[in-house]
Amino acid sequence: MAERQANSSQRQMILPFVDQPGGLLKALHALQNASPAHFLAPSDLKLVAEVFGVPEAKVWGTATFYSLYSTSPRGRHIIRVCESAPCYVVGAMDILKVLEETLDVKPGETTGDGRFTLEVASCLGVCGVAPALMVDLDVHGNLTRDRLNAILAEYA
Amino acid sequence: MNLFRSHVLVCAGAGCVSSGCLATEEALVDEIAKLGLDREIKVIETGCIGTCDLGPVLVVYPEGIFYRNVTADDAREVANEHLLKGRIVQRLLYRDPLTSQIVQTYGEMEFFSRQLRIALRNTGVINPEVIEEYIARDGYEALACALTTMSGEQVIATIKESGLRGRGGAGFPTGLKWQFTAQAHSDVKYVVCNADEGDPGAFMDRSILEGDPHAVIEAMAIAGYAVGASAGYVYVRAEYPLAVKRLQHAINQARDYGFIGDNIFGTGFRFDLEIRVGAGAFVCGEETALIASIEGRRGEPRPRPPYPAAKGLWGKPTLLNNVETFANICPIILHGAQWYARIGTEKSKGTKVFAVAGNINNTGLVEVPMGMTLRQLVFDVCGGIPGGKEFKAAQAGGPSGGF
Repeated sequence: MAERQANSSQRQMILPFVDQPGGLLKALHALQNASPAHFLAPSDLKLVAEVFGVPEAKVWGTATFYSLYSTSPRGRHIIRVCESAPCYVVGAMDILKVLEETLDVKPGETTGDGRFTLEVASCLGVCGVAPALMVDLDVHGNLTRDRLNAILAEYA
Repeated sequence: MNLFRSHVLVCAGAGCVSSGCLATEEALVDEIAKLGLDREIKVIETGCIGTCDLGPVLVVYPEGIFYRNVTADDAREVANEHLLKGRIVQRLLYRDPLTSQIVQTYGEMEFFSRQLRIALRNTGVINPEVIEEYIARDGYEALACALTTMSGEQVIATIKESGLRGRGGAGFPTGLKWQFTAQAHSDVKYVVCNADEGDPGAFMDRSILEGDPHAVIEAMAIAGYAVGASAGYVYVRAEYPLAVKRLQHAINQARDYGFIGDNIFGTGFRFDLEIRVGAGAFVCGEETALIASIEGRRGEPRPRPPYPAAKGLWGKPTLLNNVETFANICPIILHGAQWYARIGTEKSKGTKVFAVAGNINNTGLVEVPMGMTLRQLVFDVCGGIPGGKEFKAAQAGGPSGGF
């Protein structure tokens, strides 16, 4: 019963996008943003296929094409470490290593307490303050080993 | 309307936000209020001023005193010393990396004085979330001028004569692209702005969208008028949430003012636009992939021709330009093609915005005339290499560029 209710509120959420040209990506964005575990569950993709009247395979194909959609559950906060050249040359890999050690996860994995998912990202466009990362929608730059702990502490 | 004896600009580009400028601004505003100066001094949050590694940055007008690396505590000191007592806080001033001399004002810093800012004319100068500040800087005058005094053909002729070339990388003559789209027969056409700036090291487009979103909106409306389109899309990558937020805010304001929407300036011309947010796909910076993504599909490129000018979004003729290209349009309409064509080199007119990063004294955002040498850019504008070291290598133009 609970599942059916959830399904109905998600249906309401994506219905406005059906009549919008190209609204499928918007629907995927909306569903993922509303998901507490920041991901698109198989039931979400099935719902999109049904509401938009397109094959489920096509929805999966679209969702998995884009790197910011996840089809597996993620932590409460998503850390994206920029690994592009300007960050790389000023020590992005060291930052990533410190995070891997501190959180005891590899990129793509979620901490045991479900607090963080660690990911690597393409250029975040804040190269003037490299190395940089994003936690959720916040950008943090001029990273050092010492600053990382303070940054992580901001996210419960 | 209040008159203020002093204005303090706080850079709030994404670079400075990541350096903690919002806490600096809060402390400054708080301290100014405590000192009872809030009716005399106005704090203005701007887009990227350009000096990313010096952030957070404050510029105090009317003198133009430039403070760098300003923490919240420093900001309180600026309020007490400079704003209350008129004593400049020496230790927060900028030091020229080559001469080690203290430089007090924005205008005296070589980083700024050697620039020519056209696309960045308002970035770091106005509050991007206040449309009145844009209007006060001649905003929406170019649109009014185009709609009421020029035909679509005249607009295109002006852009052609200016010599403006696409700033997305390929350098295709912008006016020609506009002409092809205008000549395509269709009752429905689209204008699309490519803000899927994915190349590592590039943040020109992000800074313009964050710092002067109306410049892009106004130019897209002018483009719509010239090519015969009434709908536009801005495709912004999801990694730029601040740009998306400021652009959406600007679109809403422009709509409220009637600068976009139905019957613009009472001329009967209609144009509206919408943001589409990407989902993390580098390839979507390529125009046909970008179009596929707006259409809600996988962002896979297709062979050209047909080019988008003939068959683009939903198969309709589509004008697709980059953010920085659009940011040059309004000054060209206002000041004329000849004015623009006098800047730059024989084959490349105007200016180019560079995002500078790496082992260089002043990282950040600069705009210089076309034809400036790499040496001038690195040493004269950006202050050379830290520690007096020798220049080794520079990479220009992202992963597909050269060394």
